[in-house]
Amino acid sequence: MNGHIGCAKERPDEKSLFLEGVKACLPTLFGYFSIGFAAGIVEKTAGLSLLEIALLCLLLYAGSAQFILAGMVQTAFSAIAVTATIFFVNLRHLLFSAALAPYFRRTKPAESFAIGALLTDESFGVASDHAARHGAINEKWMHGLNLTAYLGWFAANMAGASIGQYIESPTAWGMDFALPAMFIGLLVMQMQSRGELSADIAVAVVAAVSAVFFSLAFSSSVGVILATVTAATFGLGVERWKSARKS
Amino acid sequence: MEVRAEILIAILASGLVTLLPRVLPLMVLSRFELPKAVADWLKHVPVAVMAALVAQSLFIAGGKPVTGPTPEMAAALAAFLVAVRTRSLLGTVVAGVACTMALRHLF
Repeated sequence: MNGHIGCAKERPDEKSLFLEGVKACLPTLFGYFSIGFAAGIVEKTAGLSLLEIALLCLLLYAGSAQFILAGMVQTAFSAIAVTATIFFVNLRHLLFSAALAPYFRRTKPAESFAIGALLTDESFGVASDHAARHGAINEKWMHGLNLTAYLGWFAANMAGASIGQYIESPTAWGMDFALPAMFIGLLVMQMQSRGELSADIAVAVVAAVSAVFFSLAFSSSVGVILATVTAATFGLGVERWKSARKS
Repeated sequence: MEVRAEILIAILASGLVTLLPRVLPLMVLSRFELPKAVADWLKHVPVAVMAALVAQSLFIAGGKPVTGPTPEMAAALAAFLVAVRTRSLLGTVVAGVACTMALRHLF
């Protein structure tokens, strides 16, 4: 569709690259909106003020962490306990940031900072798919993707916090499934564009099984990190074994 | 419309511990060439993390394993088929949500 992007001989200008990034984010906005809307309702009913919710979205900007903070407001609230929990929940971003780093080797530090600061599960998924198809990611494209998601998330939270009380339970509408469905879509697209289907299926199965195992043994935030490390290591092993057999 | 001090401190502190893992690898690792093994390993991270997140949402609820088929599992299958057929992220999400809603109303 946009195969000319990233091609060296005819560089599109920065503005159109930014807009391509905005466009790449649009399919994820429905997911952002439903989860963000639900987050806004939960945050408001937990007793957070609109201004607190706005700060939460703009400074923390992480779905599951915002649910956790809202949940802990209702129980015995301790800033240290909240921070420690959220640190572990969000530690997976370390892997996202490391995985994207090779694509931004010529990027200025300030721009790398901006790209990293707005990384989420979804923007990482969309960017990885883009990288698998084009072999490169342009900074402006990444900013377009990130900023659209950031503003969409903020708007959805504020909408949920202001009008959520008039809407009967969002789970009846299946909205809570928007996030898993988005991960399924990103997983399938990633596997289709990488062109290493058998290895990817093996990695996905190992990741799924170990995610369940580690989540039950420890916690879901530690579980997702250990599962990712296990499955990626397994994938590397399979890759090495296959190339050793070929040569 | 007030901001309580303890809430603000929690938001700032948790924001900081979230920001650091997000920005540090991008700012540090992009400065030099990664060893090939590390770069190859990192290429598997997207598939691994997405599969892990899907498995968690389908097979674990409230820290316990999910027993028996659920509406979400059927919806996940529908979403998967739509994703394979259409390669449309929006279509996948709409199919998953619509299927979840329909099944929850039926059962």
